[in-house]
Amino acid sequence: MTGSSPLPEAHLLAPNLSARIRQALDQRPSAPPPVLDDGARVIQFDALVGGTWIAAPREAVAGRHLLIVTDRPLSAALALCSLDGVAARMVICPPDLNMAQLPDVIAAAGIDAIVHDSGQTGAFPVAVPAYAIDAGTKAGRPAYEAAGVATQWALFTSGTTGAPKIAVHDLAGLTDAIQIDFSVTAPTVWATFYDVRRFGGLQMLLRALTGGHSMMMTSPPEPMDDFIARLAPCGLTHLAGTPSHWRSALRRKAHEVLRPRYVRLSGEIADQSVLDSLARAFPGAAVAHAYASTEAGVGFEVNDGLAGFPADYLTRRGPVTLQVRDGSLRLRSSRAAHLYLGGDAGAVAGADGFVDSGDLIEQRGDRLYFVGRASGVINVGGLKVHPEEIEAVINQCPAVQISLVKSRRSPITGALVAADVVLADPDVGAEETLAIRLSILNACREALTAYKVPTTIRFVDDLPITASGKLERRHA
Amino acid sequence: MSARAAILRHIEAIADEQTRRLPTLSDDLELRDSGLDSLCFAILVARLEDDLAVDPFLDADDGAFPETLGEFIAFYDRVLAVA
Repeated sequence: MTGSSPLPEAHLLAPNLSARIRQALDQRPSAPPPVLDDGARVIQFDALVGGTWIAAPREAVAGRHLLIVTDRPLSAALALCSLDGVAARMVICPPDLNMAQLPDVIAAAGIDAIVHDSGQTGAFPVAVPAYAIDAGTKAGRPAYEAAGVATQWALFTSGTTGAPKIAVHDLAGLTDAIQIDFSVTAPTVWATFYDVRRFGGLQMLLRALTGGHSMMMTSPPEPMDDFIARLAPCGLTHLAGTPSHWRSALRRKAHEVLRPRYVRLSGEIADQSVLDSLARAFPGAAVAHAYASTEAGVGFEVNDGLAGFPADYLTRRGPVTLQVRDGSLRLRSSRAAHLYLGGDAGAVAGADGFVDSGDLIEQRGDRLYFVGRASGVINVGGLKVHPEEIEAVINQCPAVQISLVKSRRSPITGALVAADVVLADPDVGAEETLAIRLSILNACREALTAYKVPTTIRFVDDLPITASGKLERRHA
Repeated sequence: MSARAAILRHIEAIADEQTRRLPTLSDDLELRDSGLDSLCFAILVARLEDDLAVDPFLDADDGAFPETLGEFIAFYDRVLAVA
């Protein structure tokens, strides 16, 4: 499997990650030294690139296919900085990877060695050598000499639509959407609720690293309250997460202690209610929502504070071409993954070069809106219902913090629409709950046709969020 | 205990929600003349399941649906009697 997938020739010349970090440091010589900080360790960027963090000789990693398995996101960042441009392939394991799947991953990705920070080495197959990522705050050995290769960055998809796949990118594609303005001298500190071992979080990490900006990282199982408290005194300016992360952060009153000037959402549909809540909570901050996926890479950003995106994005020229076919958003992009690892995983893009996102689009006026995922449709007696469309209506109700619409089986129509709702104020009395139920139903009846109105509404304390920060949807 | 009261209550509520006009709810009322469509009945069965903790249609082998309101009530009563 080794070397089965050569990348475009032009990428051979692109500087590797540590070279990009050094460039950024050179551009901002007078700025306070940027750091990665996960609460347990603070690592300056010049230490990040000043040596290798892997306890392995160069020949054990150069040109090899490496599996990066870490307990802490920061350890993965150290490994990426040490290995990009040296290893042939880095497969970044997400936090929720089941260790029982390791042998399958190792086979699918042609892994030569494991790089880890873990006490869990017992879970590693004995036949595969394992090298530790050093603890401490300084790299232990001289940096590896670059091997003149465009290292493959292999990331797990979130598996929203079935078994996760491993999508192969490279640094040039992953950083293509990042625009760095080195003339901006205002101190910038990034943070993200995402885990940097997945696509969304990795984007933010690369933004900070290649821009020469500090980044605050969270490490599971750190509670969000503790992370927010840690962000408060550090001069945070840029904060990113999914709409679910943000709703959770607002419920924890993050806006009372944080003053970001840039707020970013991606990974789920950003409906108008969450955008409005953020604009109210962070007056003066730019609120942007981005469309990206592990398969297609970063698609586009929307900066006007409105849900959806302008229809003329479909005719824009640039690195990303958008198309809607059969209601589904398709992207042709130099930022898309090159391939999936594993024999039966299929191709990322179709013959015409477009990646079908499975995200369904509806046009209203001169704007396009995300209405849900093809795989999440509820079929009510042959009529299609997108849960997200109904959630957007419910979430607009002032008493509602967040909602999840799901299918409920019915012997008559096959399925019905049911809603789980988390209230903004968990301590309301029974009478008020009844009034809220009625106001939700009235809002739904006003905005939706009859078969889309939830037939049952259940009030719950919380809704489960997946490891990738998205509302957990179990498709019936 | 008969399911009658719960069934009639829910039918009236659903008709109200769906802005349907109900005829007099007598036992010999043919369900197809009730003014309620299959969505209304699907909602009715779901709400009755929440209320009574039974869904006789999910357990029915032949999938037969009662034709009159009286049969519909009897259908539930039979299941409730063994539940």
